[in-house]
This record gives sequence, structure tokens and C-alpha cells, in this order.
Amino acid sequence: MEILVNNINKHFGAFSALKNVDLTIRSGELIALLGPSGSGKTTLLRIIAGLDYADTGTVSFGGVDMAGTPLRERQIGFVFQHYALFKHMTVRENVSFGLSVLPRGKRPQKWLIADRADELLELVQLADLGDRYPHQLSGGQRQRVALARALAIEPKVLLLDEPFGALDAKVRKELRQWLRELHLQTGVTTIFVTHDQEEALELADRVVIMEKGTIAQVDTVDRVYEHPASPFVFDFMGSTNIIPASLHGRELYLDGKLVATLSGSILPGGAVDIYVRPGDLRATGEHSEGVEVMVKSVQRTGPLVRASVTLASNDQPLIVELPHLHHDVPRFREGSRLYLRLMQYSVFPSADRLASRDSVEKPTLIGRERVREALP
Amino acid sequence: MLVFAEALRNGLGTYVKAITDPDALSAIKLTLIAAGIAVPANLVFGVAAAWAIAKFEFRGKTFLTTLIDLPFSVSPVVAGLIYVLMFGASGWARPLLDTADIQIIFAVPGIVLATIFVTFPFIARELIPLMQQQGTDDEQAALSLGANGWQTFWYVTLPNVKWALLYGVLLCNARAMGEFGAVSVVSGHIRGQTNTMPLHVEILYNEYNFAASFAVASLLAGLALLTLALKSFLEARHGSELARSQKH
Repeated sequence: MEILVNNINKHFGAFSALKNVDLTIRSGELIALLGPSGSGKTTLLRIIAGLDYADTGTVSFGGVDMAGTPLRERQIGFVFQHYALFKHMTVRENVSFGLSVLPRGKRPQKWLIADRADELLELVQLADLGDRYPHQLSGGQRQRVALARALAIEPKVLLLDEPFGALDAKVRKELRQWLRELHLQTGVTTIFVTHDQEEALELADRVVIMEKGTIAQVDTVDRVYEHPASPFVFDFMGSTNIIPASLHGRELYLDGKLVATLSGSILPGGAVDIYVRPGDLRATGEHSEGVEVMVKSVQRTGPLVRASVTLASNDQPLIVELPHLHHDVPRFREGSRLYLRLMQYSVFPSADRLASRDSVEKPTLIGRERVREALP
Repeated sequence: MLVFAEALRNGLGTYVKAITDPDALSAIKLTLIAAGIAVPANLVFGVAAAWAIAKFEFRGKTFLTTLIDLPFSVSPVVAGLIYVLMFGASGWARPLLDTADIQIIFAVPGIVLATIFVTFPFIARELIPLMQQQGTDDEQAALSLGANGWQTFWYVTLPNVKWALLYGVLLCNARAMGEFGAVSVVSGHIRGQTNTMPLHVEILYNEYNFAASFAVASLLAGLALLTLALKSFLEARHGSELARSQKH
């Protein structure tokens, strides 16, 4: 079922929760609404579900405007963050609920409903827990019951609101994988809300990144990570180093020293910020296009070695991350000086420069460079 | 204990005689009628009001909440007087009642109305905090699964609050049977006709008929003990749920 969201606006009092949101979700897609809290992702999900109403704009399923269709007729499966299981019903009764409330004419026989419930419990790997009550289950099991209950009505669209938010890290990882497989099996168009970028990257076909009630970027998982559309997206998708620099023509200068030549044709010159991930910095020799840094401290965190360094020119702190077996690791010793090369980075107009302008223009990407490591 | 001791002071015979006295029987009957109407009526009103307040957003919600608390803040005697003002011999609604030939004040309908008013908050007050705390996720889940409003209420909302509801009914019933002030004003104390049990106790007491007075009072005391026992039972079994509904 293709879902079309067209020009949605939503206010809560004076607070504008969604501003002119447009979104197209393809049939059978698994898509993530990703953003910090307050970005409007849950509001958007609730409006698509029919749990909330937009001030303006339309939502259509498969070309049919849903404005006049109340929640109970939309045939959506909605999974709540806190499961919202019916506590006084057994797991099987919970799963059967959607079928047992069908109008008399459409309601299947009791034994058919029971069979279907057992089938679904099998699907969510809870076949032998049908007679338990929700309070006798773990969080992960409850979430799976909630999913089975939502799937019972054969929904056209499956909507999940922070489905794994209340679970611990290990269970969350297992459930993600399991949801991914379930989606492959059922093929139901699925939208889920999350504030965890790792979860979105691992699960979704495409990611919708939301910022203050607007959509910052909609793209495949790879493109969001590799080609962030704005500093916000870059920053949100992972840890970030920001280095102020200046751009003359295509030449990028850091403290008067030429560090790179961008490949774009016509570039707006002036003050820029270089955005670079801690993992995209590498130690290099003095002669090349490197920036000189002082190593302040080195720390091993699991499979990574994280070094705090400062730029020699202006003491600005940066973080460098290396796999712990990398051949550069020994060069990062406390107090040592070395040169870093930016292997992959994005250049945006500097935040100060944008602030000084009165326009509300968004900082757009000026350039994105990737240095191929020379073969030894 | 003291009440029971006083009631049995002149022997079991007097006790039975006091209770089976026609006036006493009529008082017991009237009390049961009043409670029998007031409790179900408030069950319906209370659940409806609590449902509206806890699960929906609308204008005038604060006003409705205040209205529910009104019987708690107004003295029952004043409430009774308002009924007299409205339905009494020179009341505002008098012409209407005369044409329909309905007697409210100094008659059973007045007693029932007064009881309903005084016991109105018990059930709603018990339910609102619990329902508010439970939120609307369960209801929305039921709706998204295709249930209609009535199914949602019957299969989801009501079972979620059933123990709190029972607790509210219990308190409401105890108050309905024991109500004195408002009922006293509207009843007129006609023996054998408009006397409820608490009023009958007072009359007997004022006539220095202590044994009979305490005998009838012992029935009320028995009711109180029963209520307390049920209340403790509910609290012991479903304490956590009820505690949630109490803290607000």
C-alpha cells in the first residue's frame, strides 16, 4: 500500500509540530522516521495512523484520501511504545481481539479465530505462551505479542512507535533482526519511529530524518550516512568533529594552510565548517595535506581506540577513532605531535556566517570529498 | 461493640421487636430503595463522567470536574435546602410539579434525589485518577484493531478499572444508606412513610427509646463493618491498582 503524505501542518497551541511535510512511502517499504525528541516524528506517525489529525494537508493510502476514514476502518496495525496490551486478557485473547470484534457477519468461527491466533503466535515465536497474561511476560515478549495482535487484522500498513525504546540493548538487537525478517516474510508496508540512528540504519530501507517539524532528508541508509544533506543530518547520524576553515575558489584553507582542493565547479567562498567523523581521520606524514595536532589523551573503548587531540594552530579539540589493531595506533601517544589527514568530510557554510545573515536559509552542502588511500 | 451491647441490653426479644416494628421495617425498606436507585444511577453517571473527563479533551472539562466535586464541598443540609427551594411548597418547579401531580419534597422521590446528589462524587472520584493514569493507549489500540466505541468501552476500558469501580460502588453504597443531613431536610420525618434508617434512629433516640434506637443503629453499624471488611479485602487483593487511583 503506497502512502502519500501531502503538505501536513500540525500545531499544538503555539507550538508548530509539523511544517509542510511531504512524504511518499512506497508499497512494501520498511521506512524509519528518525529524529531527536520533539522533531515531530511521532506526531507524523500518529497522523498517518489516524490517531491524530493534521491542521492542513492530506494522507492517502493507495491513492485514497484517508481524511474521512476513522482509525478503526483504516486497517492499520499500530504498535505502541509501551505495548498497550490488554492486561486482563491472555496472550491468545489479545491476539484474537481484532478478529473477535469484527461485525457478526464478517466474524470468523471461534475455532478459526483460535487457529489464526496460534498461527500468529507461532510467527512471533511465542506458540507456547498463549495462555499467559501480559504481566507474566518479559518486555521483548510483550512487544512481540503486540506485533502479533496488530498483524491479526491483516493490516495494509504497519506502524510502530519507538517499538524497541523500552527494551534493553541486547533484546533490542535481537528484535530488530527478527522484525527485519518478519517484514521480508509479510511484505507489509512498515513505518517505524525511532530516535536511535543505529536502529534506523540497521532496519530500514529508507530513512526520513526529521528536524523541528520538517523533513531534513529522505534517503537510503547509505546515502544518508555518506551524503548528509545538512550539518544537522551529519551531526545526528554520528559523532562529529567541526573544524572552521575558509574556502577560496576550490581551495580549502585551514589556518592559512592549503589542506584540500574541492572538486565542485562554482563554490561560494568564505568561511566554512568542515564536518568530519572521528573515524575518517588518519595519521599522515608532515609533507602531505595534513593538519598538525597534539595528542592529549588516548583511550581504548571496546574495539576502538579513541584519541583526544587539539589542533596545533588554535587548540581546537578533535576526536580521532581508530580500530584497535590499526597500524597507526602506536603513533597516538599522549603528548606526541603528528599530522592528520581528512579522509572523508563534508563542507558547509559556517554557522556564524549563516547566523549573521537574516535569511532562514538552510546551510546546504558545499562539497563532499573522499580521499582514496594511496596503495603502499 | 458498644452499639451492639446497647442494642441487646434489654434482651434479644426487645431487639427483634424493635427491628420488626412496622415503622422500622418501612425505614429499612426506604433506605434500601433509596440506595438501590442512587447507587446504580451514580454508577452510570460516575462511569460516564469519569470516561468523558479522563479519555477526552473538550471545553468545559474543568467545569465538569468542579461540578463533580460540588457535593463534597457543599454541606448536605444545604443541598437538602436547595431541593426544598426548588421543589418545595413555594419552590420554582412547583407549578410544573402540580400540573403533573408529583410530590417530591416530603416523599420518596425527594429522598432518592437527595441521596443521588450527596453520593454523586464517590464513583467518579475513584475512577478519574486511575483512568487518567492509564491513558488512552489501550483504547486506541482497540480502535485500531477495528473495535467500535462500545466494544472498546466494554472489553477494554471497563475491565481496566473494575476493581476501582467496585471500591467506588462500595463507598457510594455505604454513604447512600448512611446519609442523614440532606435526606433529613427533604424527608419530613413521616413515620412509616418517609423515614430512612438514620432518621428512624434519631427519632427513636429523641423519644428516649434507647434500646430500639440502638437496635436499628446496630444494623447500620453492621453495614459499616461489612463495608470495611470488603474494603480491606479489596485493598489487600488489588491494593496496587487502588493505590494508584488514590494518589493524585
